[in-house]
Amino acid sequence: MDPDLVAPVVPWDLVLSEDELVSLASLCDVIIPADQHSPAASALGAHDFINEWVSAPYEGNERDLTLVRGGLAWLNTESHRRFDAPFALLGAGQKAELCDEICYAPRAAPGLEAQARFFDKVRDLTSTAFWTTEEGMADLGFVGNRPMATFEGPPPEVLQRLGLT
Amino acid sequence: MMPWQDDPDVIVVGSGAGGGMAAYVLACSGVKVLLLEAGRDYDPVTETPMFQLPKDAPLRAAGTSDKPFGFYDATVDGGWSVPGEPYTSAEGTNFMWWRSRMLGGRTNHWGRISLRMGEYDFKPYSRDGLGFDWPMTYDDLAPWYDKTEMLVGVYGTNEGLENTPDSGPEVLQPPPAPRAYELLTKKTCDGLDIPVIPAHLAILTERQAAERLSNRLWPDNGLARRVTRESMASRAACFWATPCGRGCSIKANFQSPTVCLPPALATGNLRIVTNAMVREVTVDAGGRANGVHYIDRETRTDRFASAGVVVLAASACESARILLNSRSSSFPDGLGNGSGLVGRYLMDTVGAGVSGQIPALENLPRHPEEGASAMHLYMPWWLYGEQARGALDFARGYHVEFGGGQRMPGYGAFSGLEPLTEGAYGQRFKEECRRYYGSFMYFDGRGEMIPNDDSYCEIDPDVVDQWGIPVLKFHWEWSDHELNQAVHMQETFAEIIDAMGGQVLSTVQTDGARAIAAPGQIIHEVGCTRMGDSASNSVLNQYCQSWEVPNLFVMDGGPFVSNADKNPTLSIMAIAWRSSEYLVEQLATGGLS
Repeated sequence: MDPDLVAPVVPWDLVLSEDELVSLASLCDVIIPADQHSPAASALGAHDFINEWVSAPYEGNERDLTLVRGGLAWLNTESHRRFDAPFALLGAGQKAELCDEICYAPRAAPGLEAQARFFDKVRDLTSTAFWTTEEGMADLGFVGNRPMATFEGPPPEVLQRLGLT
Repeated sequence: MMPWQDDPDVIVVGSGAGGGMAAYVLACSGVKVLLLEAGRDYDPVTETPMFQLPKDAPLRAAGTSDKPFGFYDATVDGGWSVPGEPYTSAEGTNFMWWRSRMLGGRTNHWGRISLRMGEYDFKPYSRDGLGFDWPMTYDDLAPWYDKTEMLVGVYGTNEGLENTPDSGPEVLQPPPAPRAYELLTKKTCDGLDIPVIPAHLAILTERQAAERLSNRLWPDNGLARRVTRESMASRAACFWATPCGRGCSIKANFQSPTVCLPPALATGNLRIVTNAMVREVTVDAGGRANGVHYIDRETRTDRFASAGVVVLAASACESARILLNSRSSSFPDGLGNGSGLVGRYLMDTVGAGVSGQIPALENLPRHPEEGASAMHLYMPWWLYGEQARGALDFARGYHVEFGGGQRMPGYGAFSGLEPLTEGAYGQRFKEECRRYYGSFMYFDGRGEMIPNDDSYCEIDPDVVDQWGIPVLKFHWEWSDHELNQAVHMQETFAEIIDAMGGQVLSTVQTDGARAIAAPGQIIHEVGCTRMGDSASNSVLNQYCQSWEVPNLFVMDGGPFVSNADKNPTLSIMAIAWRSSEYLVEQLATGGLS
């Protein structure tokens, strides 16, 4: 593979449907909501990144496509069954009721293992998508990726905090 | 530029650490060199994605089977697999062979870790009865280590530690200031009696003293002095940002295409042909090498280049492959393979790692931690005494590479928080990410593998690549020395993380086979054309010259007799420089004809 590293492009087609993306964007925002420091995940395109991820022509990504599609389908089926509405249109409390059941694999009920894996996969991909943007990096306070004349090492307050003074 | 059209004096096959250095030394010495590179032309100055963000790349620049080290890694058409260029493995062998198809080869993405082999490392058999001794001593090579470090630019310090050689005066660049997590690790390791000292990396921390260094390198050669001075003067110092694995457009780190090849070209004595996949070295009726056959990858046609001397520097395994595929009535088992040792005693580095989360590093005030990209401090092997007392269940040592810090978030930067946060999502998850940022660390051991009879490569008679060239088949076995060492690494790193008040995040294995990285995975494969003191026990003499074909040399990782825990690139370059000077002397005295 010899892609142009200076001007990258995504060479594959994106496969998730509009409806799937609506559900996914909603879930991304449950995982990383807006607060006073930075926007919600979907505002930074997390769902679009996940679409790029699950559409990629690699073995692991193809597995993730099935996992994510199946998880979104379950989420909407369950939303309709319990609340008679698609996931994206549920209230915050209703969304939390569903997500609480699958957000932590060791506490997921029997039969929901795959849904817990789905949730963790979307959580990982959402966090990657969110924190790798300029807004996400600014939220973290990342200082770097710009030339500096000198490298001084940690500032005194850091040394003090670590007991290194 | 086509400086000359007649036959070259020397053909060099491969443009990486060994070939780049050979081309530089030979061209500087007035020898006409034709350099054949299997990959495409590559210019780090224009092609390096210096400040591109993860989000600018597909998959946030995550590693894929196409680009195992991530989208921005300076590897062209390569990785563990090269399209159309397979290799095979014996049953039960999981050897991984990293190649890249670009000018400069793997020097474009390498870790820049530049550790000298020490006096013990050249005579391992004499010390513990295992493996083999080199036909040279540390003192034999030391002057060329100095030269290589001066040309390349290596930062570090002289600590006077056992088997961890000092460089000559005014050779090293000053080391960068340690980062916060490195200082915290040092403080912890001081209490565990593990030395933590400045690493040696091929990165300029200040502009090279071009005048002084070029005078010192080439006191009696005005042309070499000029081209070296001009090349050094064109390199900038590190500006403390961007990952070295992408390459460096300001030439602050070492890559063959920014450091070795430009001055060599400037002499007018070097011609480079890229997309030239060498398949065979040919011999004349007298059994002397007289040229090479290569496939022009663009036209898929066979070409021939003739020269009075052939230097293979295609990588340890690829050079062995070329020799084994160079069969003739004079050399039915492959060229220069009268000893039967071509392909034998293939080694990689023992690798094992542990990652951890360090609460003391949580919520630290934000500050720049990219520094020189890779490590500023490392731990050289320290348990010589314990080993001598028989207190360890393995021979030979390892060094420790460790990292962490407030780096640019990339793919997976906050993956795996489920167990640490009991499945947090929502506002709490967002806050947990902020808290954990910069608090993760990893420790990787890089240790010595002892050569053995069962680790080797040979030609697979049943498989050819897309160029019609028979491919390599790999065989591999670890001994208990490597497996036990890998366990010792993981236990030691868990102890360090624990002493830092941290939490070990990966599984610490007590079974060496589970702890150790796959063979080839550390990408330090050496051996296959080892040097020695006689034609019966080695392929080459100490100057990388074939015993049987005096105008044939191998100047890559192939000549290695052992694989100390010192990453091989610096030694490949120093040995290539020393051997190239020998080659020049032999040319001058007619010793090769």
